[in-house]
Amino acid sequence: MARLVLDHLVKKYAAGYAIQDVSLDVADGEMVCLLGPSGCGKTTTLRVIAGFIIPDSGDVSIDGKSILRLPPERRPTGMVFQRYTLWPHMNVWHNVAFGLELRHRPRKEIDQAVKGALELVGLPGADKRYPSQLSGGQQQRVALARALVLEPRILLLDEPFSNVDAQLRVRMREELTAIQRRVGITSVFVTHDQEEALSIADRIAVMRAGLIEQVATPSELYARPATRFVATFIGTMNLFDADVDADQVVLAGGFRAALPDGARLTSGEKIGVGVRPEDLMIDGPGESGIPADITLATDLGHYRRIVADVADIGRVTIFVDKSRDVRLGRCAIWPRRALFYRDDRLIGVSDSLPLPIRS
Amino acid sequence: MKLTWFLDVPELRRALGVILVLTLGAFLLLPLLTLIVWAFADAWRYPGILPQSYSLRWWSWVFQNGDVNKAIFYSVTTAPVVTLLSAAICLPAAYSFSRLKFPGRSFLFISLLAANAFPKFGLYISIATIFFELNLINTFWGVVFIQLINTLVVMVWIPAAGFDSVPRELEEAARDAGAGPLRVFWRVTLPIAMPGIIVAAILAFLAAFDESQGTLIVGSPRITTMPILMYTLVANYPEPVGAVFSILLSVPSLVLLLLARRYLVAGYLAAGFRGR
Repeated sequence: MARLVLDHLVKKYAAGYAIQDVSLDVADGEMVCLLGPSGCGKTTTLRVIAGFIIPDSGDVSIDGKSILRLPPERRPTGMVFQRYTLWPHMNVWHNVAFGLELRHRPRKEIDQAVKGALELVGLPGADKRYPSQLSGGQQQRVALARALVLEPRILLLDEPFSNVDAQLRVRMREELTAIQRRVGITSVFVTHDQEEALSIADRIAVMRAGLIEQVATPSELYARPATRFVATFIGTMNLFDADVDADQVVLAGGFRAALPDGARLTSGEKIGVGVRPEDLMIDGPGESGIPADITLATDLGHYRRIVADVADIGRVTIFVDKSRDVRLGRCAIWPRRALFYRDDRLIGVSDSLPLPIRS
Repeated sequence: MKLTWFLDVPELRRALGVILVLTLGAFLLLPLLTLIVWAFADAWRYPGILPQSYSLRWWSWVFQNGDVNKAIFYSVTTAPVVTLLSAAICLPAAYSFSRLKFPGRSFLFISLLAANAFPKFGLYISIATIFFELNLINTFWGVVFIQLINTLVVMVWIPAAGFDSVPRELEEAARDAGAGPLRVFWRVTLPIAMPGIIVAAILAFLAAFDESQGTLIVGSPRITTMPILMYTLVANYPEPVGAVFSILLSVPSLVLLLLARRYLVAGYLAAGFRGR
């Protein structure tokens, strides 16, 4: 059992806040991804957990016990780094056995543990090889074995696959997920790659400018992004401003949509409307819907990406099924699902919008 | 047609490479070869391309000479002491320059060159006056200290670069695995920086071994080393003596370079860090 809690962590440097107020609760055995653009504080957060950075305020605790006073070597965390992970002057066996030898375990036990760890990461028998004789992916596997062999309570991963080539990266992700599930270890994974985060995480914490914008499961994050930043950072989102009129929102060209229940808004207010590309429907010109002009249609494997210009809104992106025949030029579009943002925060979702009516 | 057309013909390009290597080899090796021939020559008079007769006479003369033995003794004692002392002083400095941020860091780092910025002789004479006050003139330690000056730059700069090349992630990984800061230094930082340190130690040893100006001022006549004796031998004895002594003088350099080859190559270091 290892539940990791970050409690209002703050770290400020001369240049500004690295993390402003980070709180996170990672359940036992859970894999949480810290996702965000570079400089958002995700790596700082990870290094605070590992003990390489002492926060200005806040606390890090495992199962209710603060580990903040412990130096990195006494924390029950195991880390896999982005690059330069293995010690080049030691072979694989010594790399993996290093921590066990420090703990003065009997040789037999070390041998067994190293063997088990290498088998776990799919590199049995590689113990005599030197890091320079391994590929980047193999090096990261050994690094993972080195972290896991010490049976840490928390596994920390700092973009471990970013230097591995794209095809192998996908496979290593899957393997990591399998290993993490099998060992059942509480893990925090830092990445800037949303696809990576969506594919391996139980929950994702999206960070920006030293703050966590939203913590949610991948599907929740995609379906209900809590802020405009998350909406645009995860996947593709058409976001535009619209006016509120009574209990309706004026989309474009006089087309309106009903506001979701509970959204207390007053006429004349500006709100943000977000529509996923797959939630925009297309019909022929003259049909009911907002008039638009398709300027680009690209085949992207299993779907078709369409770019269209809409009066008052601007350029929108639409994903349609490949079987749909789409012609450039005039058409009508309408959203079947929309998210509404006020002051950058999500205030409501309309899951099934009716066909727009010209007012 | 390009001026470098021959580079596009593989055979010519290879031939050019061979010619360059041979020329360079001849340039480096021919003087050495002459030296070796001289060392075993008994009589070598114009216009002979090779000596008229050979002997080991001058070798036995050199080894039986009391001055030579004294010089060899002081050379092989001062140089290692200088190297060790230099390492003891400079390696902590090198580590600090590489890992710590302190005021005046870059100024101090550059100022190590100061000893090399002035004419050596003037510097040695002013140091000698200080040594005179300290009763270091004509002593073993006086010679050690004066030779030390020449080793400071290499013994700080090269190891500092060595420490710089150790990625922090490797040290942090060791901390993470349970090693305290001191153990991280001994088990990770030092071994990875070792090729640079060994190269620096070899250069320091050779600098001390070849030093003559300062040793002459501070050490002679009581403490003489091989390079100082060289002046006397070359000036006052037949050529083979100088040749024999030159060979003796180059033996340590050769042995050290051969021993250090694997560190100089240090391929494993670079290869371990690929995937940047």
